[in-house]
Amino acid sequence: MMKRHDCLKVLARHVTDADIVLPVYSTAFDWIEIRPHPLNYLSHGAMGLASSHALGLALGRPDKRVIVLDGDGSLLMNLGSLVTIGTEAPPNLYHFVCQNGTYEANGDHPIPGRDRVDFGGFARSAGYRAVHEFSELKIFEQQIGALLSEPGPVFADLKITSGGPQERDYTRLHGPHVRKAFRDALAAG
Amino acid sequence: MQQGASAEIRKAEVLRGSSIIAEIKTGQIEFVVSVPDITTSEGLLRPLSQATAPHLIRVCKEDEGIGICAGLAYTGRRSLLLIQQTGLLDSINAARGVAVEYGLPICMMVGLLEKEPGVPPTQSKRYGVRIVEPILDAMGIAYHEIEGEADVGKIKPAIDNAYAQSRPVVLLIGRKPS
Repeated sequence: MMKRHDCLKVLARHVTDADIVLPVYSTAFDWIEIRPHPLNYLSHGAMGLASSHALGLALGRPDKRVIVLDGDGSLLMNLGSLVTIGTEAPPNLYHFVCQNGTYEANGDHPIPGRDRVDFGGFARSAGYRAVHEFSELKIFEQQIGALLSEPGPVFADLKITSGGPQERDYTRLHGPHVRKAFRDALAAG
Repeated sequence: MQQGASAEIRKAEVLRGSSIIAEIKTGQIEFVVSVPDITTSEGLLRPLSQATAPHLIRVCKEDEGIGICAGLAYTGRRSLLLIQQTGLLDSINAARGVAVEYGLPICMMVGLLEKEPGVPPTQSKRYGVRIVEPILDAMGIAYHEIEGEADVGKIKPAIDNAYAQSRPVVLLIGRKPS
């Protein structure tokens, strides 16, 4: 198991100023501390939809890498998006799921099937070009650069533990200023 | 008497899929995102699936489509979500959050399953049809009834307005297009 915060810090070193990143819920609060950036796409409107927003962005801007930092509870709400992404197969889409087995933002309740669900298996059968699984930080650190150079859609299951209590000010994710900053940054390049 | 005659005229109206598709293209729609809907299946989705443009994205569930259309909207690419009203009802939370609260131009074309041709949706015998417009009213989402060829001209302005105002719009398809 990796600590999510450590894992995200490693990932952040490989994300460029041109990349779009869509983190969700608890991961989003960690991410915006580690890598505040106007091309963080934080407003998903409804739980589970991040990967779908990402597909729209990836198809609309094929010149940019689009990186989703999904949650396991979130992805369970929109498993069909794996099939849609696998079918559309955008080469610039990178889909990570932070798997900690809980609905962390909603009281740490376990997700259904937490000990059995194989997200990588779902992604593989849905048609992702490459599927990875990481539970050791050292290996993740060694491979993340190459992973982000592969043609997408690429899926990576990150076996993580949460980072403990967070101050969750949701206006930092859903506030109109966040969406305006994203829109302006995307239009600028 | 007048109303009865008017209703009979509406009942006999024709709605052509080719007209709707032409209007969608004029509205600069580049992507159609769809879950099949029996009202629009043959007259709209079938020909769209055989065309090279707009690009058809088949999705597994309608709220997924709202997310995709939102992402595309940020990139400046126009899209249309083609679904059935059952899917619209299933996607209300996504429409609430993404389309209404974020103020995004999510354009939805919604087939009204089993609506009687020529009958206004609010007067349908089908509960699932009758509730659609009141729900859209409650959500503050603009909508237009597309029942015959005379209504097809509403489509492009509705799409243009949605993008100009950055607001959602619903186009209710009230009969099977030929």
